[in-house]
This record gives sequence, structure tokens and C-alpha cells, in this order.
Amino acid sequence: MTDTAYQIRLARRYAAERRFRAYGLIALVLTSVFLLYLLVDIVAKGWPAFIEHRATIDVTLDAAQIDKANPATADYTVMVKDAWRDQFPEMSSRSQKKQLAALLSQDTAEDLRERVIANPALVGQTVKAEILLSDDADLYFKGLSQEADTSLLEKVADKIDISRHFSWRLFSNGDSREPELAGLRGAIAGSLLTVFVAIALGLPLGIAAAIYLEEFAPKNRWTDLIEVNINNLAAVPSIIFGLLGLAMFLNLFGMPRSAPLVGGLVLALLVLPTIIIAARAAVKAVPPSIKEAALGVGASHQQAVFHHVLPLAVPGILTGAILGLARAFGETAPLLMIGMVAFIADVPKSLTDAATVLPVQIYLWSDLPEIGFQSKTAAAIMVLITILFFLNGIAIYLRKKFERRW
Amino acid sequence: MDHQTSSLVTPAAPRIMAERPVRISARDVNIYYGEKHAIKNLSINIPDKAVSAFIGPSGCGKSTFLRAVNRMNDTIVGCRVTGDIQMDGKNINSREVDVVELRSHVGMVFQKPNPFPKSIYENVAYGPRIHGLASNKADLDVIVESSLKKAGLFEEVKDRMQQSGTGLSGGQQQRLCIARAIAVNPSVILMDEPCSALDPIATARIEELIDELRQNYCIIIVTHSMQQAARVSQLTAFFHLGTLVEFGDTDEMFTAPQDKRTQDYITGRFG
Amino acid sequence: MTDHTTKAYDQDIAILKSQLAEMGGFAEEQLAHAIQALSKRDIVLADQVIANDQKLDELERQIEEKAIRTIARRQPMASDLREIMVAIRISSDIERIGDLAKNTAKRAHAISEALPRKLATGLSRMGTMAQAQLTQVLDAYARRDDEKGLAVWRADEDLDSLYNSIFRELLTYMMEDPRNISMCTHLLFGAKNLERIGDHTTNIAENIHFLVHGKPIIEDRPKNDITAMMRPSDE
Repeated sequence: MTDTAYQIRLARRYAAERRFRAYGLIALVLTSVFLLYLLVDIVAKGWPAFIEHRATIDVTLDAAQIDKANPATADYTVMVKDAWRDQFPEMSSRSQKKQLAALLSQDTAEDLRERVIANPALVGQTVKAEILLSDDADLYFKGLSQEADTSLLEKVADKIDISRHFSWRLFSNGDSREPELAGLRGAIAGSLLTVFVAIALGLPLGIAAAIYLEEFAPKNRWTDLIEVNINNLAAVPSIIFGLLGLAMFLNLFGMPRSAPLVGGLVLALLVLPTIIIAARAAVKAVPPSIKEAALGVGASHQQAVFHHVLPLAVPGILTGAILGLARAFGETAPLLMIGMVAFIADVPKSLTDAATVLPVQIYLWSDLPEIGFQSKTAAAIMVLITILFFLNGIAIYLRKKFERRW
Repeated sequence: MDHQTSSLVTPAAPRIMAERPVRISARDVNIYYGEKHAIKNLSINIPDKAVSAFIGPSGCGKSTFLRAVNRMNDTIVGCRVTGDIQMDGKNINSREVDVVELRSHVGMVFQKPNPFPKSIYENVAYGPRIHGLASNKADLDVIVESSLKKAGLFEEVKDRMQQSGTGLSGGQQQRLCIARAIAVNPSVILMDEPCSALDPIATARIEELIDELRQNYCIIIVTHSMQQAARVSQLTAFFHLGTLVEFGDTDEMFTAPQDKRTQDYITGRFG
Repeated sequence: MTDHTTKAYDQDIAILKSQLAEMGGFAEEQLAHAIQALSKRDIVLADQVIANDQKLDELERQIEEKAIRTIARRQPMASDLREIMVAIRISSDIERIGDLAKNTAKRAHAISEALPRKLATGLSRMGTMAQAQLTQVLDAYARRDDEKGLAVWRADEDLDSLYNSIFRELLTYMMEDPRNISMCTHLLFGAKNLERIGDHTTNIAENIHFLVHGKPIIEDRPKNDITAMMRPSDE
């Protein structure tokens, strides 16, 4: 072995290592670039949805139209619209008046209504009210308008005091045909209910199945078969679970369509294999010496498993559970199959109310023609991503916290 | 030397046997791991309140038989035990003996110290709790303290009972495991190479502990170290290829063994 | 017997055995020369024997040291343990035999004239017997032959009887002529030394039995030395 041969080999090895590191770095950079592009694109598209524009005008709360004892019954929209028209007395023709009215949102008087209901003493006074602008006006002020003729809006901009606010409506309203009013509350509630059902069913079943298969089941061909099938199920396309849900839950059992109960059942079946596999791995990873020690002290097999093995397997099980949960949160296809694809304006209150979930909401919004919905879609995607980050963050935190305690 | 005589039911009248009653009596025990015949026709009487050592080369079956005494072999798939192992007048392999109950009377200490990843107190308290040996916390405290004292560990850990058992040194962990085994008040303690993972000082302390414990318990210790067997035990059994070759007084076995195989093993002439 | 797994262990024991063999052989030589020096009144030979005794002392020290090292290093068990214990004891016995041979040789200085024929024959016979016992027992040890050792063990009885008769002879001479007392006393000591050598060979034989069987000899050795109980009136 000469020195030079050795030097050459060494140089080649270093070069190979450098190349490998370079490949890794390139892969990392490329991925980061794509990810960054995606995020920037979504945020750029979505941030307008978090902003709404309101006009501040004087509105006379005519005592003749409002019953002080029961202020909720009055028609505030008319009052607001009158006040609005009063601001532009030069717009007198019918079509002009119609154009003007179109600049206000359908629910433009809602805030004022809430105010008066809360404080009936205001009746008879003239107050400064913030009224919500319609989607077209809103887009104009955000600079996203695609209208050809914006002369009216320019007039409004000159005359009226327009203010920008953070749109809490996005989170407090249900779905709506009007872009400026459409909110995620229904979808988030539906998602929470659905995922709650999925986890409430899937987690205990999955953990119990894992413990049984790992610790108590006799080791024969049947259990081997089950194990193989569980592994395969984890890779089945999610839409198939949707078909299963359609055939079994909706058709056979006659459960209500698009209810979180059914959605939760379908998702439970979906994440069950994942949870079982993760829980099994966690239980298997517990050193057998702990179980032997427990048996040696006179614990029964069941006591040894539940008092000693299971507590040590909890971190792994938790991680699996949260990953399953995160997956359930983001599933769309199976839920489409069971009908969670309708336009649902109300916020679901129980497990059997019709509902939709966040990913489906995104899908629905993305299909709508109004320009306002484009930013809403992107905003909804941002909310979904944030929730998923949050859930994964919990998983990482829990894993770190419980790691390697033996 | 006729080695048939060494496997007889009654060994050549060891001195110790005459002084103490028999605690465990095995007759024609055979143990199989699937096809492998690990223990062949074993018959032996183990006396009470004495230390019996099992020695022999690797794979001779000494650990296998040890684990048969508290039926830990039940956890191994494909392991079959036939024959009679009598303890307290009952055959422990029969259906009427509950294995969990058996294991509360026969404690075990393993080769690598394996305390539960719980507090020191909890380690010792777990056994008495699940067997209902204490009716309230005060009683449990008493049991825990006395077990730790018997294991010679109490003074060292009395100020940190709530700390994790896995934070102790190797020797301390093993003594904790011994305390844990004693806490359920067994009559027999099985030890599978308890000192093989410990340094000489920790080993000496454990041997000292064994010497104290033997006044109250029947102890069986499997060991690879003949010097340890010579130091610690009153009776020694030599196993070879699944058979019990010789079983007798430790002193006699190590100065003048009867069987040539025993002689060859303990003088280091095997292989 | 198969070898130890650790070869160095076998070497340690082999060294001990060869050192013992050397010591035994040399002791035999010393004894032969001592007897010859006494019967031939050869002062030069006697002085040689006296000087050479320290070699036996040295050998005994070496054997003891080697034995102790082997114990510390190997923790011998069973037969190995007996082997080493016996090696230490036998080396001690052989060293005593050497000392006794030296003392016998010393007596040569004190014999100024030829011994009476009867005494000379008796002493010569004692010497031969002692030599034979020593040779046989060393041989028995080398071969681990317990039977041979036991034969020596029992044969010592004859040596004791011979010593008794020489004792009586010497008493007679001393009573006959007081001028004989000096010489006879030295001869007495010489005979006693030979008798003691015989006893030591029986010690070696007992050790051989322990080595082979792991148990000491139970029965009492047949002794015939009644000189301690003799009185003048027993004549």
C-alpha cells in the first residue's frame, strides 16, 4: 500500500462526501424555495380577506320606526340605506339609487342593530354608524377591483370616511353567498365536531387494538393476517373510505347525510390503521425487562401491561394520535363522498346537523366565481395550515417532553 | 466415577440437607424449547434457609430451570415443562396453581438491574399494593422501609424516596430490585447472575446481603463465577448439557468433587 | 487429565512439579552422601553435605513462592487446590529431610574410630531403609501412586523397630564402658535423625493420599517407636 494510492483513495472519499453534502443542500434549498413560494403566494392572496372596509355616516334612528321596547323588530337596513342615499343627494334617478344601494353589504345594518339592541336609549338620536361595504366596494378599496367604471366609487371615496378593520367576520360568520360576509365559523365548528368524533372513536379503539395485538393475541396465522391487513389499510386511498361511508353509513344504516357523526366515523376508520401501527410500535419499544420485572413481582400479564408498559408507551402513542388527528383535519375526498359538500350557512350545533369541514369549505370557495372568494379561499388555506402547524407543534412538544424516561 | 449416582433423587447426604427442611422438590423435570430438550430428567431437593448455587457452562440449562421455579418460562412461546416441581405441597405446574400467586411467593432478581422507571418508593410499594399486603398508606410505608432496610439500601435513599429508581448506581439499583422482591414477602428468592453487571465492591455488598438473607429465605443463585458460588452458597449444583451432574455441599464440591465432569469444569479444564 | 483452558495455568503447575522433583532428587543425594560420610568417617564428604543443604532451603523457598503466586493468580479449585497445598507441604517435608541428613553428616566429625561391627551393620541397614523409603515415596508422588505411598507409610514400622534395637545396643555399649558414651551419644542422634527421616516420608505418603483421594488417611499409622517409654530395667 503506497502512500500515493492511499492519498488518491482519501481524496476520492472526501470528494464523494462533499458531493453528497452538496446534493443534500441542493435538495434542501429547492424544497425551501418551493415551500417559500407557496407560502408567499398564499399569504399574498389571502391577506385581503382579513380586512374589511366600513363607511362611517350619520344615521338617524327614527323613533317612529323603532319600537323602544322591542328594538330588534325594526328594519335597520332601510334606515341605513336612507341615510346612505342622503349622503349623495345628487344621485336621484332610480338606476343611480340602485347603484348606490349596491355599494352596501346585505348585512350592512347588523352592527348598528346590535348597538341599538344593547342600548335602546339611542333611539331617536342621530348616531355615527359604521356600515359594512359590499364586496365590489370592498375590492375597490383593497385595490383588487376589476370593474371598468369606478367613477361612483371614486366619488364615495372622496366624500365618505372609509375605514379599514380587521375582519373578525371571517371567524364569526357562517358561510354566505356574499363574499364579504362569508366566514369560517361553520366550517371550523364542523371540522372540530367531525375530528372530535374521529378521535373519540379512533383513539381508544386503535390503542386497545394495538395493545391486544401486541400483548395478548396468540401468535398464529390469523394475527399475522390481521397485521398485514392493517399495514395495507394505512396505504389505502382515502376516497375509498368515503365510498365505504356512503355505502355503509348512509345507505345501509340510513344516517343523516353530511353530518359530523358520519364524517367522524369515516375519518375514524381512516386514521385507525395509522394509530394502531404507531401504538404498536410504541408498545413494542418498551424494554421487555420492565415487563419481566413486573411479572417477577407477581403482577398478572394485564397488570404488567397497563401499569408499566402502557405508561412508557404513552409518548409514542400520543405522537401517533396527534399525527392521525392532523391527517383527519386535512382530509377532503372521503367527506365529499358522504355529502359534506353542500352549501351550509348555519353553524352546526350537534353531531347530526348538516355541516361542512374546513378543507371542503376551501374546495367549495375555490369554485365560486366572485373575485372576493379568491382571497377568502387563500385565507381559509392559511387558517388550515396554521391549525395543522399548531397540532404538529403539540406533537413535537409532547414527544420531547416524554422522551426516554427510562 | 459413576455419574448415574449423582442424578439420584437424594444426593449423597449433604450435611446441610440433614439440618434443613426441603423447600423445593423437583422430580423428573423435562423442559423443551420447541424441539430443543433443554433440561433432561432433573430431580433435585432444594433446602430452605440456605443458598443453593447453580453452576455450569453456557447453555447448560441452569437459568432455564431457575425460571421454571417461578414459571417465567410461561412467557416464552414454545416452552414446555413436564414433571413435578413441588413447593408447599403443590405441584407448581398443575392447573390449580395460579401463576400470579406463585410469583408472589417466589421472587426474582435479574441479571441486569431493572427497576421500574418510577420513584424508589413506588418501586418497592408496587408489589405489596397489587397483592393487597397493606391496608393503608401507613402500613405500606412500613413495608417499604423494612424492605429497603433488609436490602441494605434504606440509609442511602431515605432522603430521596420520591426520586426515580433509575437514577441510582448499578449496585444500588440491584439492591433496590432485591428490596422490591422482598417486599412481597416471598419464601423463595431466585437470582439469575445478580452480580454479573456490577463492579467488585457492589458485588461484595450484594454477596454480604445474600448471606444475611439466607437466614430467612430459600435462595437459589445462578452464577458464572465459581468463586462466587464458593463464597456465597451452602450447596452447589453443577449442570451440564441439561443434566444435573452433581449436587452437594459447596465445600466438598470445591475441594473434592465426585464427578469428573464437575472436576474438569471447576478447575477450568473444559473446552 | 485434560489441560487447563488457560495454558499458563498448566505451565505454573508443571514448574511446581519439576521444582519438587529436583528438590526430591537432591535430597536423596544428600541422604546417600550423609550415610556414606558417617559410616566411612569421611569428613570432606560430610562438610560437602552440610554446605549443600542451603540449596534445599533455597528450593523450598522458591516452591513456596511459586505456590502462593499460583493461588493468588488462579484461585485453584478441587484437585488443583490439593495439588498446590500438597506441593507446599511436601517441599517442607523434604527440606526437613535435608536438614536431618545434614545433622547426620555432622555426626561424622564426632566419630573418631571405627564403629563396632554390629552397630555399623545396624546403622547401615537403617540408612538403606530410610533411603529406600524416600526414593519410593518420591516415586509414588511423581506417579500419584497412592498404593505405593501407603506401602511406604506402613513400612516405616520396620524402620522404627530397627531404631529400637540400635537404641538398645547403644545403651548396652554406654553401660559397658563409660568411655563409649560420647561416641554412642552422637550415634544415637544420628540414628534418631534417620528415624525422623522415615517419619517425614510417611508424611509425604499421607499427602499423596490426600492429593489422590481428597480425604486424609483416617487410620492411625502403625508406630513402633517405644524408645520414649524405655527404662533401664527393660533391658
